[in-house]
Formats: sequence, C-alpha cells, structure tokens
Amino acid sequence: MKVTFTLNGKETKAEFAPGETLFHYLRSQEIYSVKNGCELGECGACTALVDNKAQNSCLIMMHTVEGKKIETVENLGSKNNLHHLQQKFLDEGAVQCGYCTPGMILASEALLRENKQPSTEDIRDALAGNLCRCTGYVKPIKAVSHE
Amino acid sequence: MNEKQTTNNDMKYVGKKTVRVDGLALVSGQPVFADDLQLRDMLHIKILHSPHAHAHIKSIDTSLAAQVPGVQLILTHEDFETHYYTTAGQGYPEPSSRDTRIFDSTVRYVGDRVAAVAAETLAAAEEAIEKIKVEYEILEALLDPRESLTSNIMVHEQSGLTMVHDHKRNLIAELKAELGDVEAAMEKADHVFEQEYSVPFAQQSHIEPHIAVTWMDEHNRLIIRTATQVPFHVRRIVAEVLDFPISRIRVIKPRIGGGFGSKQEILNEEVCAAVTLKTGQPARIEYTREEELFAARSRHPQILKVRMGVKNDGFIEAIDLNILENGGAYGTHSLTVMSVTANKALSFYAAPNKKLLGQAVYTNMSVPGAYRGYGAPQGFFAMEVMLDEIATELKIDPTELRHKNYIKEGDDVPIAKILGEGGEGYPMKIYTSGMADCIDEGKKLINWDELYNEEKSGRVRRGVGMIGCGQGSGIPGIDMAAAFIKMNEDASFNLLAGATDIGTGSDTMLAQIAAEVLEVPVEKIIVYSSDTDMTPFDTGAYASSTTYISGGAVKKAAEKVKQQILDMGKKLLEVDEASIKNGCVIAADGNSVTYQEICTKAFYTHEQHQIMANASHMSYDSPPPFNTTFAEIEVDTETGIVRVKKIVSVSDAGQVINPQMAEGQVEGAIPQSLGYALSEYMIFDDKGAPINTNFFDYHIHTAIDMPEIVTKFVHTDEPTGPFGAKAIAEIPINGPAPAIANAIYNACGVRLRELPITPEKILKGLGKI
Repeated sequence: MKVTFTLNGKETKAEFAPGETLFHYLRSQEIYSVKNGCELGECGACTALVDNKAQNSCLIMMHTVEGKKIETVENLGSKNNLHHLQQKFLDEGAVQCGYCTPGMILASEALLRENKQPSTEDIRDALAGNLCRCTGYVKPIKAVSHE
Repeated sequence: MNEKQTTNNDMKYVGKKTVRVDGLALVSGQPVFADDLQLRDMLHIKILHSPHAHAHIKSIDTSLAAQVPGVQLILTHEDFETHYYTTAGQGYPEPSSRDTRIFDSTVRYVGDRVAAVAAETLAAAEEAIEKIKVEYEILEALLDPRESLTSNIMVHEQSGLTMVHDHKRNLIAELKAELGDVEAAMEKADHVFEQEYSVPFAQQSHIEPHIAVTWMDEHNRLIIRTATQVPFHVRRIVAEVLDFPISRIRVIKPRIGGGFGSKQEILNEEVCAAVTLKTGQPARIEYTREEELFAARSRHPQILKVRMGVKNDGFIEAIDLNILENGGAYGTHSLTVMSVTANKALSFYAAPNKKLLGQAVYTNMSVPGAYRGYGAPQGFFAMEVMLDEIATELKIDPTELRHKNYIKEGDDVPIAKILGEGGEGYPMKIYTSGMADCIDEGKKLINWDELYNEEKSGRVRRGVGMIGCGQGSGIPGIDMAAAFIKMNEDASFNLLAGATDIGTGSDTMLAQIAAEVLEVPVEKIIVYSSDTDMTPFDTGAYASSTTYISGGAVKKAAEKVKQQILDMGKKLLEVDEASIKNGCVIAADGNSVTYQEICTKAFYTHEQHQIMANASHMSYDSPPPFNTTFAEIEVDTETGIVRVKKIVSVSDAGQVINPQMAEGQVEGAIPQSLGYALSEYMIFDDKGAPINTNFFDYHIHTAIDMPEIVTKFVHTDEPTGPFGAKAIAEIPINGPAPAIANAIYNACGVRLRELPITPEKILKGLGKI
C-alpha cells in the first residue's frame, strides 16, 4: 500500500504493509525520537503531531495519514538550533531519563499552537496523555508555563 | 570511617544548578537509547510465558513453530544444562538464592519463561510462539504467603539450590536479630502497641521497557547493548550462565529510560546473548508493557507485625518487628530487601531494645525484585502508621513524637552492625542529621498546627498526616566504584566512570564533582559512563550509591589529576611552591602557566606523559539521609474517595550536589508512592494470574492526578561524603503512602493498616458498607 504525506516538512511517499502503524513506520525511517512505552495508546512516548494535534503514533494506521502533516521532535529543533520548548525543558530540569521527553515536548507544542497563554490546568490536561515516571510532571509543567 | 573531608563553602559547581550533560541529545531526540539502532540480519526474540502458576512441562513440541517462515532458533530447557543462578544482578557472591535456570522444566508462576523464539521479523516470532505445543502437568499452586511455611506444596522441589534457607518449607530466607532485651522492656513499658500491617505487589513502571540488543563484533566478541543498571554484573552473569569468557563480552549501557530497580535484574540479556551466540546473528528482545506487568519484577509484598513498648511520655523503649515477605516464585532480592526493611525501620528510632524475625517465603506468584526504596517503603509504612497510632493514643502531637524518638547526631546505630546486607553489617554512627529541621520545616510548609487540630465535619473532610524516615548511602563494605580521568591539551578532561546513569543525572553530578576539584567549568568535563570495555568497574546504580560511592571515586581521581597538574606546573615554572587558580598554576612570584600549556608541554615537549589518574572508592559508612513527608488530603465520606491536595517532602541529603536534579528526584519519587498508596497494585485471579497488565488498569499518576508538590532540603555537611553529600534517590519514596494513611485518620478517624487504600476500605472504616 502507498500513501503520500508531509513528514517533518518534506513531502514523503511511503510504502507499507497493511496494518502498519505510523509508529513503526517512523522508527523504520530512523526517526527514533518516537519511543515505545506500551503500543496501546496509554503512555504517549510515541507521540507525533498529526495536523498540529498530539497523537499516539502507535494507534495511527499508515493508510490514514494520506495528505496529513506529520511532525516529530526532529522537526522542532536540532542540536545546533534548539526549539524554545526544548531549551525550556533543559533549563527547567524537566528532563530526567528523557524517554518521554520528545512526546511531552510535542504535546506541549500542540497546546501552545492552539493556546498561547495556557493556564496550569490547560498544561496538565495537555500532558495527561504522556506518562512520565521520573519527574512527577512538576518541572515539565513549569517548562511550559514559563512560555 | 573514611578520612574526614572538609567542605569548601565557596564552591563553584557543586551545589549549583547545571544543565544535564546528556540533555541536548535527549531533548533533540537523538538515537541514544538501547533500541535506537538497526542492524543487518537482526533476529527478533519473543518469549513463551507459562499460563499456569505451577506445572511440570511434560513435553514441548516446537516442530510447527519451527516451520513458520523466518524462524531461526527456538530455545527451551532441553537446550541447556542444569545450572542455577540468580537474576538479582548483585555483586559476587550474590546474597540472593541461586534457584533459577535460564529455562526450566517446571514453571512456577504465570509468566515464567517456557521457551524463546528468534525470527527474522517480530511477527514471525509472535506467530511461532503461538504454535509451540506444551504439555503441562498442572500442579497445585501456592498463592498465599501465610501458608507457605506449612504448605505441602513445594515451589522448589529440586535439589542443587544454594542460598535458600529451607526449600522444603518454602523458606527463602530467615533473619533473626535482637538488641537489648525486648521482652523485659515490654514488661516495663507503660503501653504496648501491637498491630499488623500489609503492603501489596507494586510495579516500577519505567516507561522504557526492558530492551537488549546483542551482536558479535568484528573480532567475534559478544556485544550486549542493554537497558541495565548493572553493566558489570550483566557481563559476569551472562558469562556464567552461557559459559562464555568475560574477556569476550562487552556490555554497553546507553541512555536508559528509567529503571527504579527493575533494570538491576538480569531479565533477558542471557536469552538474547544465547541467540546471538547460537546463530551468529544480531538479536533483539524487548518486553511489551503487558510482559512488564506480569513477567518482570515488582515490589515485595510484606505482612508486618509490629509491637512497640512505649513510656507515658512517648519514648519508645522496645520495638519488635516480624516480617513475612512474599518472595514469589524465585528468591531474587528476597533476603536483601527484607534485611533493608528491618535495617531501615529499626535504625530510624533510637529505642534501646529491638528484635526482628523476618521470613521470606516462596509462592507461585509474580517475582518481586529491586524497586526504589528496596524494602524501606514497606517497613516505614508499618512503623510510621504505628507511630501515628501511638501519638493518637497518648495524645502527643505526631511531630513531637518523632522529635522525641528519632536517632540523633552522634548516636551509634548498633542495629546496623547486626543487620547488614543479608548478613552481619558494619558499625555505624550518625555523623549528620537534619531531622529536627526536616520536621519543623515540614510543619510550617503544610500549616500543620492549624490543619491537624481543626475540627473535622461535613461530607468532605480535610486531614493532614506526617512521617519521618531514613535510608542509606550505598551498601557499606560492598559497593565499590572506580573512575578514570585524563587531561586534554585544551584543559578539558575525559571522565570515564563505571557509574550507571539510568536517567538519574549521575553523569552530570559526577561532572560537577570533577569540575569542582579541577577548578574548570562543567563543560570541560566530557563524561563517558558504564561500558565494560571502556570504563572501570562500578557495582552499579542501586542502593542510593552513585553520589556517595561513585562520586567519591571521581573526587579522588580528580584530586590525583589536580596534583599532577600542579607538579607539572611547578616543574615548568621551576619553583617548589605554587598554587592553582583560574585554570593556571601560579608561583609566589606571580609567574604562571596555564592548564593548556601544562598539558600541551606534557604531551609534546617536556617530560612527555599523559596527565591521568584513576581511583576506586568504597565505604564502610552508609550515612542515612533523612526525610519528613507531610500530606494534606480530603476524604469524601460518602464515596470514600481520597483526594491528595498537597505533599511536602523535606530532606536532609547532606550537601546537595545539584539542587535542581535533587528536587527532580523527590518530585519523581512522590507520585510512585502516591500510586503505592492509592492506585498501583497488582491484582491476581484465583489461579495466580495477574489481571491488570496494562496502564489503563494499573494506574500510575498522570499530570492531572498530581497534587501540589513542595520539596525542600535542609543542609548538613556529611564528613564521609564527597563535598558533604549523602544520597537522595530513594528516600523520598518512603513517605507519601504512610503520610496519606495518617492524614486519612486525621480527617475521618479511619485507621488503615493495609495498602492500597481504596474507597471501599474507607467506607468500611466509616461503617457505611
């Protein structure tokens, strides 16, 4: 099966087997910022932006991404030029093991694209789908609040 | 005791916020975790787990499975000689039971390993697993630890086990200890309190599952890239189990997505390595979340009977602790977790008379292992709820009761000598304690006096509760760490440390220690950690040891390098006396030479040599950090639902090396204990099968579940620790659960002695159901 979509700003044609998820496709393309935490849509470690919304890429079938805009944390910033949210997560100490961090940053970015002045409650709601076992969410919430 | 070290109050890098040295890679999504690579011809491994709690395998037919296209190898017990080892991932000789085979002909819990399939695709491996036909002779299962000692079911019938106390009675380990004369003290006490407490299985729930990748390198050596807390133990134990030389194994620890003890276990590395050794091909094994929740490790459930003899004024004269620990199907960590329960619970209060009987028993249930706190959360739940009961009965404020009884600075801790890591320990003294400040600060931050004493009425009732606790800083006399530092000509330094950063930030903290000694910015320290080919040994990231033990090794190595820089500088300046300042060696006459010049000349032109040093560190001390945790909660007396409003956690971790990261440790530990109190517990059906094996049913805290968190540190200057430091990683997990139980009593008068706390138990306590 074939599908055409935008991946991190580039028009992309993908061939895939029936039933393949966006999560597996991305990792097969060496986009390793999407992580496996459960493959059941429970943990948010595989979060990608689909048309600006944070989604669990493990629940998205490849055939549904036709014409969509897919982004991962690689699209936000690079090692030489961090996105301001990436910098904020570093500055606030919001990164511990870092496994859930790309997903949290994307969930935060999706929120900020919709709502430039989120309240703490808005941020908690936006991060509710991203499980983190290291930080207790205290510093990630702070990293987004300071925007 | 180690040589007393002085603390410099003008520290530049220790005690300061520093951006993590691995932070850039993590926020930008670099391929730094174990699974972030693709290797040609990689085989994917799936495990066939036992569906039965207890059964003999009569036969295994793999013929159909082998026909699935892409299947390369199937492993069962028939492929391995009988060899018993422990998966505990501890130093050698391990104190844990050697009762485990890589594959066995008896399965002892739902989830036990029956077979492994390695195939070219994950789908083929999954399909083949379904096609393995196993004929089981189902045996009666032992599912209640209270019955283990007298049951006619034997979880381990076989002979040849070592480090098992009495397998015929299902007794993994037994600990007895007495200090003073407990019975005489109970006789004399004004009050004797006696209660039973219990705590359930709970799961570490790191977000990155267990993952290992193995391959043979160009030189035909076995490379194991694995999410582990103990790379050097992985190397040793894989070598032992597969009878393969240590010299031909390299274990690489990349970034780790959390461990919390679970990744101390040698859970799958030996199977992955066996596949690579047998096929010559790269192999990969990753647990699913479901497997994590029924076939990995968890926290040991315990039933704790506590008896305390107390004087009218609240002084505790005697403590009698009886522990029955459910060790599950294999004895890994059972003895040492239980000894930590006893050691921590019995050493926190200064009572002169103490007695312990601890028994860890087999059942046909999931296998517990190491989990942050390692026995202390179980012990402090029992102790601290009982302290609250004493405070209530004697009408003494709970904070005052702790003030009277906690062990004080200068006190000896005789129980530590009796109860070490699974055997006799070492003499211990409290050199530093900020406990008084921890109590007083916590009281203020939670508004204790007002909230504790306010009148409770209405449907939703507010309450506050508190606890005090201690932990340790590494395992005394056992943990050892080493580090190596070499200088480069731009005055940067490579720090090669055995210490294992599993997301805790230890690479950063060690860089700060090296920077402080060498008087260079943290950016000048290039850290590479935990690779058995490249770095010196370290026992691993467990027992709150990294700051204290590994930090001590880095400090020593850095001091040696600094001395070499100074010596070389003096030679270049042709003086006998000089000092180091601002990256220069300076003579009394004002002449100076920079670090860069010193290293460059040492490399190329003057007495050519590499400025470098290594150091090892261990300690017979394990100074306890201290903590108080205060909880403010609301109980809905109609529904029984508890809402946690605020947690205050005040810690004495000595000189904190990195305040932001230390706060992060506390903030992360709190929700794990909130879960332990309220939502996280493994549920088993009547055949011993775990039911809640996903994150919907095993609920860990999300961002919207979190209460307000207040963390605070009180300063002490531990003379035995690097720059005055003690540990912080584990201690904050002890407090929230018992503090919540105590707050519920304060709010509505329901005394809960069993975790988890459910609405049903509260409504029963209120007499409403």
